[in-house]
Amino acid sequence: MALHFELVTPEKLVRSQDVHMVVVPGTEGEFGVLEGHAPFMSTIRDGNVQVYASAGSAPETIAVKGGFAEVGANGLTVLAEHVEA
Amino acid sequence: MASLKELKDRIKSVKSTQKITKAKQMVAAAKLRKAQAAAEAARPYGERLAAVMGSLAAKVGKSESAPKLLAGTGADQRHLLVVVNTDKGLCGGLNANIVKEAKAQAKKLLAEGKDVTFYLVGKKGRAPIKRDFEKLIGKGYDTSAVRNIGFEEAEAIAAELIEMFDAGAFDVAHLVYPIFQSALAQEPTTVQLIPVPAPEVAEESGAVVEYEPDEEAILAELAPRYVKTQIFGALLEREASEQGASMTAMDNATRNAGELIDKLTIQYNRSRQAAITTELIEIIAGAEAL
Repeated sequence: MALHFELVTPEKLVRSQDVHMVVVPGTEGEFGVLEGHAPFMSTIRDGNVQVYASAGSAPETIAVKGGFAEVGANGLTVLAEHVEA
Repeated sequence: MASLKELKDRIKSVKSTQKITKAKQMVAAAKLRKAQAAAEAARPYGERLAAVMGSLAAKVGKSESAPKLLAGTGADQRHLLVVVNTDKGLCGGLNANIVKEAKAQAKKLLAEGKDVTFYLVGKKGRAPIKRDFEKLIGKGYDTSAVRNIGFEEAEAIAAELIEMFDAGAFDVAHLVYPIFQSALAQEPTTVQLIPVPAPEVAEESGAVVEYEPDEEAILAELAPRYVKTQIFGALLEREASEQGASMTAMDNATRNAGELIDKLTIQYNRSRQAAITTELIEIIAGAEAL
């Protein structure tokens, strides 16, 4: 029961792991992605991606700038141009 | 015949040249590994972006509402050739090959009656292109001061190109850059940069994807990113090609220097022997005469 989360920048694959939930700052509002989310695509605004490793755990925040997020059958992929861990 | 001293000096000079080429070869080998790793690390982003672009472009198609970067200006008259060269020499025929490809493209377009402008990235392409097409050289981007080429440079180049496109400076842009195949082979290639050619659709998932904002807005957002990624990829390929070509060229140079040293050493020893023999004959002849 986990969501596969990938964070990719032009320079490298920053993150590729199974997590509980990820909250992504979409252009039209933040959205949380859990496992089994419907296919979805959104551009993102500059902000923080919050990664919840497991239910109830404190989120880990990663600052991203410019890009988009895609939810498909194989999980969530965030393509960001700049990432500050 | 060269004197002993001259030969000795010559050997010394070739030896020091060999030291330089050998050092450069080792530096290039180390840098090549790094450049290759960087090129590989950049691949996932490009692939994802191409896949998303492909599926979106297939949906929106060439409709009128498609962003200008994808649909183009509608004309096909003014072409811009973005030529990516290296900043440093000592890399064999790499730059010559890139310039040759760029010139071939330019000649082909000119023969079709199109207008051609160059946009030069990297120092080493400027002089040879200037020789043939001095009037056609437009702007350029200098990367010589940058130590580690990164996404910032690609962003800056893409921003300038897109600005030029929006200002109507050209209709079609092509990117000429070397593709790194191995340390021995770097293939100069030309790809269309603007308008963005629709990438091949990798997978056609049946699922209905929801878009936020709508497809066209996302596509408009993605098109400039795609241009950036293409340029970034070209810069990385250039980096790897430069180091690869440099390594091979310097390896050859080191070997040639070695051969030359051997040859000169034999010549030196022969002359020395000859000098000794002459001296001996002189002494013996002198002794006999007494």
